[in-house]
Amino acid sequence: MKLSRLGSFHQSKLSFLRSFIREFKDWNYKRNIFDLDKNGYGTAVYSLQKNQKNYSLVCFAQHINPDERSDRVIATKWDAAFVLHDGIPTKEDIDRLRDNVPKQEIGRVSYKELTLSRANKSIRAFDHVVDSLSLGKQPDINLLSKVGYLYRTTAVYGSGKFGLADRFRIKDRKEINGPFRLEMMLVYLVRQFTFDQVNHIAKSKNREKAIMLDENIARNLGIGNSTGLGMAPFIVNHPTLLHNWIYCREKALKEIRSIEEVNTEDFKFFKDCLTKSKTCIDTWLTDSQYQIDKINSLKSDISKFTQYLKKDCSLKIKYLWNNIYVWAEENLGEECIEYIVSMMMEPYDKIINPLINDMSSEEEKYFHIPGHRKVSELKIILENNYKSIIDIDFKEKNNTANFWFISKNKEEPRVANRYEEHGSELEQPLAIARDTKQLYEKVLKAKQSDTVAEFLLNNDDVRHVVRRAFIVDQFPYSEIQDNTIGASLVPIDMLRLKLSFFGAVKFDPRSDKWLRINMYQGAPLPHEMKHSNDTWVYNTLN
Amino acid sequence: MQSFSEIDTTSKRASKAAGFSWGVAEEVGKSIRSLELFGLPGIINLNLYLKKIKKNHPKKLNKIDKENKLENKELCPIYSGVAFLDQCRQLEKLQSIKFYNVNYPLLMLPFISRASELLGKKIMIQYNNTSFLLNFDKSIFSKNIDKQANPLANEINIEFLENKNSFSEQDWKELYKLSEETFVEESESSRSKAAGAGLTDND
Repeated sequence: MKLSRLGSFHQSKLSFLRSFIREFKDWNYKRNIFDLDKNGYGTAVYSLQKNQKNYSLVCFAQHINPDERSDRVIATKWDAAFVLHDGIPTKEDIDRLRDNVPKQEIGRVSYKELTLSRANKSIRAFDHVVDSLSLGKQPDINLLSKVGYLYRTTAVYGSGKFGLADRFRIKDRKEINGPFRLEMMLVYLVRQFTFDQVNHIAKSKNREKAIMLDENIARNLGIGNSTGLGMAPFIVNHPTLLHNWIYCREKALKEIRSIEEVNTEDFKFFKDCLTKSKTCIDTWLTDSQYQIDKINSLKSDISKFTQYLKKDCSLKIKYLWNNIYVWAEENLGEECIEYIVSMMMEPYDKIINPLINDMSSEEEKYFHIPGHRKVSELKIILENNYKSIIDIDFKEKNNTANFWFISKNKEEPRVANRYEEHGSELEQPLAIARDTKQLYEKVLKAKQSDTVAEFLLNNDDVRHVVRRAFIVDQFPYSEIQDNTIGASLVPIDMLRLKLSFFGAVKFDPRSDKWLRINMYQGAPLPHEMKHSNDTWVYNTLN
Repeated sequence: MQSFSEIDTTSKRASKAAGFSWGVAEEVGKSIRSLELFGLPGIINLNLYLKKIKKNHPKKLNKIDKENKLENKELCPIYSGVAFLDQCRQLEKLQSIKFYNVNYPLLMLPFISRASELLGKKIMIQYNNTSFLLNFDKSIFSKNIDKQANPLANEINIEFLENKNSFSEQDWKELYKLSEETFVEESESSRSKAAGAGLTDND
């Protein structure tokens, strides 16, 4: 549970984008409303329907000036804004949403809405596609592969934000029994809107010559996303959810490593995915030296691994996957080990699919502190579960270099230098390692036969970490075993952990605090979902 | 209408701003969410109570006993509630417990309600001629019905209630304003490193 390892995770069969498509592949897709003017501004509604259930994406596209276009969270205008509505929206619903959704954080939505988002065009890709299509030509796939999408989202909100439905209203629906499924649905349908919009504008520009975007090219485009620190506290604030994600990954790996005889077909499938996926690595572009180094290490390790596969891996070897994993741990870097783990899952639907439903969690069930337990028991829990954290010296300035806070202007989590910036007295409770160490020191001094309730009467400043200690005792993967306020913190490792579970690819760090990614690149188009296969993530044109 | 998630977050932050620790503030967030879910005026009570204690933070009891009072002082419903919840397994043996001079007593209810769930026992709580029956944290029931069976109702009225807040816009704004005291004005250097910063957004 070290951050550098968690920050090396890659998408896998467990990822939410992929499990969304598996779950919804037999739903009926429909474009219900497409009311855009010649410039592509207006309203569109898309839906997924099965039996009596409907989910509708409502899109509002508008004109913005180039100087208003910003990926920063402080932006107030976007090329398009989106909301996922529960059911089929009435005209009154659409009018209400039109007044609010384009305003995003300062608008209000209702319990009838499930997720909310906005996105900006990648102007160089969008304009090129529109211009090409309107002249009767397909766009240049080399240019498109450098960008990978037509639009970039800058936030996707859910679970009660800005008046959206609380999770408890919908959590028992079978089809959304997987984390972030409605966020994934929104992004998937937004992707189709971007294709429809370029086709529509091109046609409006040149009715006679315009052609439609080739579906092979469209399929190779995803939706971009700019992600900042807003995501990082989520994994700290949802400990049992984090546990379930990592636990499922570990459980899958354990089951795969326990296969005594690997069959020919499965091994071939693994090697095919590995071969295809190399193209995705070759088109993974970034200006970040941090990521360039990681990609280069991945490429060189994959080539080492390919040699090992050829020379040393025969199906006659018992527990072949286990041998491969042990060899990888001994010979490869973290980036490649995690890559191979993701690949090893590919042949095993039977192992992976049942785990998907275990990847959600209800944090509230584990919120209670068992006050009747003894301080001596709490001490043992801390010693067993926070070994490396207890060893950190928090008197050393470097180990407390940063603090997390909520920014006043946009209410977004931020991290700043404690000794250079103001505001550390308003620090958010995200310095779990430091506070746990403080708890441990207090526990050492406390009367061991006291109950935790008695201990808390005089120590409520560490109550938040007492709660976490009892959670980690039940959920061993619930805690990042690292210092989230140290000088060496790389916050994007926290983002990548979460984004890899989403199924994002092509992590492109723009600093140590934010990055761009791509989602659904290679995914089937909505009308192809029914017949799609699950390895779409390795489809790429060049 | 505010979502319950917004109610939880804002109550937590406002409680922290009013001087409670983060761990206690987390408990308050969940409690106010629970009161509002049960249709009780959590936000109104919390807002008034936090205003009352903002400049003079309440004292805690050292221990919960059969009879609980602070000499010449009022009891904090939050500290009393949290301590009751933490100690409920030991307190159960006392059969009945009294608290004197408790501010905004409604704020204590959700803690006792959670204790009811933990102990697997219904708990009755009474103050100011009002009785509440706490059912394993599944409902909070204001107990004023007949104990006798009623053989006939001349008329039964059923009303569907709209999803709307139990509190006024003003109540919410005041609590929200307090919660903002946990926010930090971002420096220019911090702003320049945030998501989306440092590039042409029209690329």
